[in-house]
Amino acid sequence: MSFIELNHIVKVFKDPQRGTDMLAIDNIDLSVEKKELVCLLGPSGCGKSTLLNMIAGFEKPTSGEVKVDGKLITGPGADRGMVFQQPNLMPWLPVWDNVAFALKLKGLSKKDRQAAAQPFIEAVKLNGFENHLPGELSGGMAQRVGIARALLQNPAVVLMDEPFAALDAQTKLDMQEELVTIWQRYSSTIVFVTHSVDEALILGTQVVVMTHRPGKIRETIAIDLDRPRDITSTGFNDIKRHVLDLIRQESVLAKQDA
Amino acid sequence: MSSLWSDLWGQRARFAVPVFLLLLWEFLARIGYLPPALLPAPSRVFMTWGDWIFGFDESAQDISGRWLGDALASSTRVFAGYSLAGVLGVTLGVSIGWWRWVEKTIEPTLQMLRPIPPVSWIPLAIIWFGIANKPAIFLVFLGSFFPILMNTIHGVKTVNRDLLRAAAMAGANEAQLLRFVVLPAAMPSIFAGLRIGVGTAWMLTVTAEMVAVKSGLGYSLWDSYYFLRYDLVIASMISIGLLGFLTDLLIKSIMNRLLRWQHAGTVQGSRA
Repeated sequence: MSFIELNHIVKVFKDPQRGTDMLAIDNIDLSVEKKELVCLLGPSGCGKSTLLNMIAGFEKPTSGEVKVDGKLITGPGADRGMVFQQPNLMPWLPVWDNVAFALKLKGLSKKDRQAAAQPFIEAVKLNGFENHLPGELSGGMAQRVGIARALLQNPAVVLMDEPFAALDAQTKLDMQEELVTIWQRYSSTIVFVTHSVDEALILGTQVVVMTHRPGKIRETIAIDLDRPRDITSTGFNDIKRHVLDLIRQESVLAKQDA
Repeated sequence: MSSLWSDLWGQRARFAVPVFLLLLWEFLARIGYLPPALLPAPSRVFMTWGDWIFGFDESAQDISGRWLGDALASSTRVFAGYSLAGVLGVTLGVSIGWWRWVEKTIEPTLQMLRPIPPVSWIPLAIIWFGIANKPAIFLVFLGSFFPILMNTIHGVKTVNRDLLRAAAMAGANEAQLLRFVVLPAAMPSIFAGLRIGVGTAWMLTVTAEMVAVKSGLGYSLWDSYYFLRYDLVIASMISIGLLGFLTDLLIKSIMNRLLRWQHAGTVQGSRA
């Protein structure tokens, strides 16, 4: 049995105003082994975020089941960490208090929370910014806080929903590199949603390419290029050419359907 | 001391108009152009006010030296009614903003009561509560409750959904969402309501004291009017204005302490 399992997932979005139903995800099976970094790649509207939200527990599949570590997912909870597209930090709490927010909910003392937050603040290289407010941080730093918060909740399972999409190119590259370091250091299992082919190929141990709506899995590609990955190498470009070709075919199919 | 004077001199543009008006008023009163029965000179107002506060020459007659008691009486009523409005307004506002069924059940009733001017409750307030503190407290409550309520509802309804998602992911139950996310996120709106509410609170204490209570600054004002003591009427007006200003200042300073995070940092970070 795999660490994260999605079995026969179907998602239908009901539109009560128009009275029409929209099939978003059509019978997806996906299993993620421990310590994998799986990238879900696909065009917008393909259902990749919906899939991630099901693992997070924000969405329920219309049929099928989601299991993490053998447990059926019924709602959001601190046994998984999630990094959102926006940092989504509580703007009234300093960095350390945001990182240890899950422990605040458990009623731990300030001293214990600070002590628990510290190693994760160091892991995302925010030493010295413990007492800064989110409003005082740059976009990249705020997203680091988001990552530290997810790690504190559970470094074993981290769900990421296009976390670097809003960052500038240089910051994005730095963050991708650091994410790989963090993933190796904590032996995390990461499910990472992105629409960037480069990002998926830089990060993933596996890249799951999805079809256009209704979302199915087009192809799962295992990537065993050396790290840090050289985006100019032949191996990288061969895979990239293949993935781009898949995406091009999907977009042609999408236009035919429309 | 010399730096204080130079500060004041530096700010002279601010003071020019009020000082000029006061001097003109004093001058017109002294030459007899303004009859003292209609508009007493500012020096006279301040002397009477001084006696009302410190009781040195009995020029304020009955109320000489009793200012502190009057101010305290009015402040207590404001404090009582306003605190009640704050607690109830925030609690109900959060409930209405958060739970759809609460909104459906009680909001229409509240919205129907809201347009009734608080002052029009005076007759009922007097027969229900008699002539004492209670009708005034009731009126203050009515006046400050609705702005606090409306702003709290608005604050709760506009809480960023993504923050709720992040908190739910951290394991928050509904009560924790309310306490750790909704309430702090709605705080800026709640304080906007509290500041509007404190203004109406003073307005209504004074009104109630004119009609339904036998003490306080509003009572002194109305009583002085019966005895044609316009110097005391004006002194009361200034006293009320001053206390209203000071209470707002107090609330503002609490707000600035609690909402320091709002002013933190950059434009980029303000979306976080």
